[in-house]
Amino acid sequence: MSETLYQRLGGEAAVNAAVDIFYRKVLADRQIRDFFDDVDMDAQRAKQKSFLTMVFGGPKTYTGKDMREAHKKLVANGLNESHFNAVAGHLQATLDELKVPKALSAEVMAIAASTHDDVLNR
Amino acid sequence: MPRLQYGSASYDLLSGESVLDALLRQGVDLSYSCRKGSCLTCMLRCAKGHIPPQAQDGLRDSLRAQGYFLPCLASPEGDIDLLSGEDADLFGRARLVEIERLAPAIVRIRLEAATPLYYHPGQFINLRRGDGLMRSYSLASVPRREDHLEIHVKRLKGGAMSTWLNDEARVGDAIDIQGANGSGFYLPGHPDRPILLIGNGSGLAPLYGIARDALGDGHRGEIRLYHGSRTADGLYLRDELRALAVSHENFFYTPCVSGPEPNPGDRTGRADTAAFDDLPQLSGWRVFLCGSPPMVHAAKRTAYLAGAKLADIHADAFELRELRKTPRA
Repeated sequence: MSETLYQRLGGEAAVNAAVDIFYRKVLADRQIRDFFDDVDMDAQRAKQKSFLTMVFGGPKTYTGKDMREAHKKLVANGLNESHFNAVAGHLQATLDELKVPKALSAEVMAIAASTHDDVLNR
Repeated sequence: MPRLQYGSASYDLLSGESVLDALLRQGVDLSYSCRKGSCLTCMLRCAKGHIPPQAQDGLRDSLRAQGYFLPCLASPEGDIDLLSGEDADLFGRARLVEIERLAPAIVRIRLEAATPLYYHPGQFINLRRGDGLMRSYSLASVPRREDHLEIHVKRLKGGAMSTWLNDEARVGDAIDIQGANGSGFYLPGHPDRPILLIGNGSGLAPLYGIARDALGDGHRGEIRLYHGSRTADGLYLRDELRALAVSHENFFYTPCVSGPEPNPGDRTGRADTAAFDDLPQLSGWRVFLCGSPPMVHAAKRTAYLAGAKLADIHADAFELRELRKTPRA
C-alpha cells in the first residue's frame, strides 16, 4: 500500500518542525499579523498546528464548515484575498526552508488552495 | 448528556462545556478566577467518574491522588460525582514574620508556614485573609537559602489585599496559604543554557528567586535580568542585584527607568525594550517574563519572534481581576 502524503512528509514530527517556522513568519508579517494577534499564543500555536496537519494531509482534519466558522469573524474584520495569499506565501516559504521536495510541497499547496472559498466565506 | 452530581443536586453538562462553566451557568456559587488553569482557585474533587488528564496538569501528586482537578479545564465525556475541596488539603496556616519596605509602593513580606511548603522559587501561592479575601503572589525566596517564604507586594489603587499588606498588616498576623503553583521556575539539567529574565514593578519577585536558584544550582550559562520601573525609586533590591552581578560573572543586571530622572547607570526606557535591543537573537534561551500584562504579552511575542521556543517562554502576567471572595464551603 502506498504511503499517504502525511506519512511521506514525515508525519507529526514534520508538522512540529514546520509550525514554529510558519507561526513566526505569520506573526512577523505586518500586513497580516493583526489577524493573529491573540494574547493566548499557546492556543494560537495549537490552531496553526491543526491547520498544518490538515494541509499536510494528516488525520483529524478540519471540515469545510469548520474553516468557514473559524474565519467568519476575521472576514467580517476585513480578511481578504491578499491576506490569504500572504499566508499561502509563508506556507510555501516554510516548506522551502524545510527542504520539502517540490512534488510534495505542490500537494500541500494544492490542499491549502482548496480551502480558499471556505476561509474567505465565499 | 453527562450529568454532574454536586452536593445534593444534579447538573447537566453541555457538549464542549467545562465543569466550571456548567456549574456557574446553573447557579452554583463557586470560587474561581482565571478560568484557564493558572490560578487553581476553582479546584474541586472528583469522587466518581473519569476526569480528562489535562485537567490535573500541574497539580501536586498528593492532590491528584485525592481526585483534585481543575473544573475550568475539564470537559468530561461521562458522568462525574463532585466534592468540594477540603480546606485542610488546600490551605495551610502561616504567619507574617517580617514586613520591610523596599520601595515607596512595594513591601517585602516574609511568611512562616506552619507546615513546610515544598516549592520552587518563581512559583506562586494564594494568600487568603481571615475574611476570605484571596490573591496570588510569586515566591522570591529560595528554600535552600531561606527559611521563610518571601513575597513582594505592590500597593495597587483600590487593591484590598495589597493595601492591607502595605499599610495595615502587622508582624504576627495569621494568613492562610495555598500552593505552591505554577511551572515558571528554574529546572536544573541544562546548566549552560542562557536565561533571560524580564520584569517590571514587583514582577521582580519570581525573577529574583529564579536567578538566585539558578546561580545556587551552579548554572554556568549567562543569566540576564532586566528590571523596569517608571521611576528610579521603584527599582528595589538594586544593591543585592549589583552584588550578585559582582560575585557571579555569568549574572548581568540591568535596571531600566522608563520615566524621567533615572539614576546614573540606569538604562532609560522599558525593560523589555532594553533586553531585546541587547539580545536580538534568542534561539536556545529560556525566557521568564513577569509583571504588567501589556509588557508580558508584548515581550512574549517579541521573544518568540526572536527565536525562543514557546515552551521555553514562561509568561506570568499580573491579572488584576478580582478574585472571588467567597470562601470555600
